Amino acid sequence: MISSAIIPQPLAKLPWRLIFLIAGIAGIGLMTQYSAAGGSIRPWALKQGVTFLFFLCVAVTMSWVKESTIKSLAFPVFGVVLVMLILVEMLGFVTKGAQRWLDVGFIRLQPSEFMKPAIVLVLARFYELLPVGDIRKWRAIWPAALLIGIPAGLILVQPDLGTCTMVILGGLTVMFVAGVPMRLFIGGATALAVAAPIAYAFMHEYQRRRVQTFLDPESDPLGAGYHISQSQIAIGSGGIFGKGFLNGSQSHLDYLPEGHTDFAFAAMVEEWGLLGGLLLILAFGAVIRWGMMVSTRAKSRFAQLAAAGLSATIFFYVAINLMMVMGLAPVVGIPLPLVSFGGSAVMTVMLCLGLLMALERQQRTTSKLV
Amino acid sequence: MKIGAIRNGAKRFTSVHQSLTFSRRMLLTGGAQAAVGAVLIGRLGWLSVAENERYQLMSESNRVQLIIVPPRRGWIIDRYGKPIAINRSDFRVDLIPEQLGDVEQTLTTLAKLLKLSVDDIDRILKDLKVARGYQPVQVAENVPYENYAAVTVRLPELPGVQPMRGFSRFYPDGPAVGHLIGYVGTASAAEYEKEKNPLLITPGFKIGKEGLEETLERNLRGTPGGQRVELTARGKLVRELTPKPDRSGATVPLAIDSDLQEFAARRLGEESGSVVVLDCLTGDVLALVSMPAYDPNSFSDGIGRTEWKMLSEDPRRPLLNKVLNSLYPPGSTIKPMGALALLQNGVEPEERLFCPGGYRLGNRFFRCLSRHGTVDMRRAIAKSCNTYFYAMGHRIGYDKIAPMAKRLGLGQKFDLPVVSQSFGTVPDSEWKLRRYQLNKKLIERPDWTASDTLNASIGQGFLIINPMQLAVMGGRIASGRDIQPRLVGVGKEPAPLLGIPPEHLEIVRGGMWQVVNGDGTAGASKLQLPGIEMSGKTGTAQVRRIAVGQRGQSGDWRYRDHGLFVCFAPSANPRYAASVVIEHGLGGARAAAPVAKDVLTFLFDRAKAMESLRALEQQWGGTLAERTARRAAMIKSAADARIAAA
Repeated sequence: MISSAIIPQPLAKLPWRLIFLIAGIAGIGLMTQYSAAGGSIRPWALKQGVTFLFFLCVAVTMSWVKESTIKSLAFPVFGVVLVMLILVEMLGFVTKGAQRWLDVGFIRLQPSEFMKPAIVLVLARFYELLPVGDIRKWRAIWPAALLIGIPAGLILVQPDLGTCTMVILGGLTVMFVAGVPMRLFIGGATALAVAAPIAYAFMHEYQRRRVQTFLDPESDPLGAGYHISQSQIAIGSGGIFGKGFLNGSQSHLDYLPEGHTDFAFAAMVEEWGLLGGLLLILAFGAVIRWGMMVSTRAKSRFAQLAAAGLSATIFFYVAINLMMVMGLAPVVGIPLPLVSFGGSAVMTVMLCLGLLMALERQQRTTSKLV
Repeated sequence: MKIGAIRNGAKRFTSVHQSLTFSRRMLLTGGAQAAVGAVLIGRLGWLSVAENERYQLMSESNRVQLIIVPPRRGWIIDRYGKPIAINRSDFRVDLIPEQLGDVEQTLTTLAKLLKLSVDDIDRILKDLKVARGYQPVQVAENVPYENYAAVTVRLPELPGVQPMRGFSRFYPDGPAVGHLIGYVGTASAAEYEKEKNPLLITPGFKIGKEGLEETLERNLRGTPGGQRVELTARGKLVRELTPKPDRSGATVPLAIDSDLQEFAARRLGEESGSVVVLDCLTGDVLALVSMPAYDPNSFSDGIGRTEWKMLSEDPRRPLLNKVLNSLYPPGSTIKPMGALALLQNGVEPEERLFCPGGYRLGNRFFRCLSRHGTVDMRRAIAKSCNTYFYAMGHRIGYDKIAPMAKRLGLGQKFDLPVVSQSFGTVPDSEWKLRRYQLNKKLIERPDWTASDTLNASIGQGFLIINPMQLAVMGGRIASGRDIQPRLVGVGKEPAPLLGIPPEHLEIVRGGMWQVVNGDGTAGASKLQLPGIEMSGKTGTAQVRRIAVGQRGQSGDWRYRDHGLFVCFAPSANPRYAASVVIEHGLGGARAAAPVAKDVLTFLFDRAKAMESLRALEQQWGGTLAERTARRAAMIKSAADARIAAA
């Protein structure tokens, strides 16, 4: 924290270290988009920069929101987002096409994005309200399962497997840190591990092929494995120091698909090498660690759970994207927050960070009073 | 509602428990996150350090593509270096599928600018469907400069259209070398499958499809060059890297004398027939002409459907190389060979026979052409007396004549770089038995009969040969050397001697001299050159069995007799041998010998030969080139009419 007489209190009280971190990450993203556009701030870098600054302001503004306000809004917000999800589904049914957004005139709202923080908040609120002794009881589980299952189902039928996974994982993390019995998680994981081969046996041929492509992308280099192969070529060919800024042949010659969106990490590493990639991963690690620290330092149960869940949401964003880009997970369209081009990921992450900053400010103010 | 298992194991859960659990779970979560982070970093390190070399290679092969630069095809030249097949620079237009904008609009514009037909558009659309990445698809080749310029000017609104300069094969002599040289064309799918060479599917690249173009493919093709270019995934050229130059195919010199070849082709006029001229010392093939012929130029540009139809339906069979793939009964042209066999088997050349107009064998009477009276061997050749050869052949038996026929090249398959050659039959008793066992329906009885001998003795019956063999026979009799026809390269050394006694050859050559220069059958075709004489032998081959009162000398064209002539010159010191076959020409003396006379005259006195040719061509309605052009115009108007009707 910067404390100086000349800097006004409200500014000095901002978590500057975090802001520098995310600004640095966003800066890497902007450079990647500048390079992906062939050395031009159009069409991506400029727009992305403006979006980032706007949501940074939103996040900083949010940091003054009181914990009690967040708490009281948890269920209403969750309800509103759920209604929007249903509306999207109905609209999609009417227009006979997959639809993920609501057009409210000046902006297109993607309710599934809001669901990522909303699910965390509502579960944190739920476990806060749950009597302490009930955490190992059935009533600690089924409402949470419903709260996760309904939005997850709605998102899955959109269909948006990536966001659905994120919502489920975010929710599960809150349940986990809330203290839901460990054996449920272990049992669930075991069941999944057993079910996977059986599910594979029952799969259609085309579904199997997708799995095979994930396991061995080079078996189908021009088809479904193309993204993974080209992404790995981009990363691998970068070496330790990279090919240099604006010199990535994979992304510049269009071999790397989605080099400015989902595969931005590959485009970045191609030019900046192992060192660039390492720096970015460590920066994200620091952001997530900051969030986790907010959680451990939190005084209220809601703040603990919410901070842990929000940090986890950011973590899953980063981890799933990086695993996908490096061929450790199948290709599900999850962008790398702040680095990939696209407003919604920036919005979600900055909402999470805004909430985390609010919770963090609360700790400081309360700690001062105590 | 509670879960039994949970309740059983649970103690009372207090807020202390809760806070402990939270800390523990946070530790676990943080640990798991750190572990995932470590895995990600490990993977990143693995990809960019351990696998770096492999991925760098893959990225490089992504970036750099090799565009094949087709080599220029080698020339084919004649023995004096005159070009027979060359390359002409032309303009072509290709499409790069990946760069195409609106396919339909582009094609509509191109169709207008280049006057493409509906067939062409269909073909382009089909090619575009299977084209991969940056692999160009041909729109048109041999584009006239004005059209090419029109495309170039409108290039900005035609993305993916690539106007280029290319080369196309050109045969200056046109149809005169059609059957000899063949033509080139785009490789078929089957040919590509066989060779798997990406060069074959490069637009504008042609391979030999027929004749020498096909058989000399390895010499003519050359080595393709490579243009290393940096391409985007969409096939857009970013920059050119160091190119690897192509190497043109080798120039192949032929034994052919292209002037003679052209003259012979022109001299055949509208007849359906063939001319072969050999150097009777070395075996060099100086001319190999089969007419009518297709124009290899129109094949090499991709022949139209109408032209193909006209060619394949023509009764004069312009698609058939009659020198090597048509078989004819040689008729009386083999009588000199028969005479050599008789001499070898002890028949005295001075022995005289009386020809009463035929020969009686049992109850059958084998006809002669006329009553020749008393004849000896020379006279029998000069007058082409069947009776003499019937009687003598019967005396020694055909099994004694067949070896001489083979020795002189009949029934022989020559070692020539040709796509195919039919080599006919020299029959004997063993052959007949074999054929009988093979197919009992075709041949009535297994044993060789006296009438088989009689028929074969005058070049009818089972004996069939091709015009190349006829010329080789003439050449071997003329020089007494075992010549082998040679198409590629120029022979320097005379061929080894056959081992036939010179006095035998002298007697036979004497008979052949009389044919032309005495009162023989071809007296009208005597060379009009001072000091140079031609010797020869006429022949008439029946197309079908002689019906009563009709000897194939009149009636429907396709049932008329073939006219054959074999000859050599100069008689005193033979250098050139030739065979001429005029299909349905009624007779050797009448149709074939005059052609042979002019062709041989050309070898000694071009001006004189050209003079007589000009007179003839006036009758036929123009030179070969003029008639070819006229035919092409006719085909084009027929094709246009067909398209208009469709």
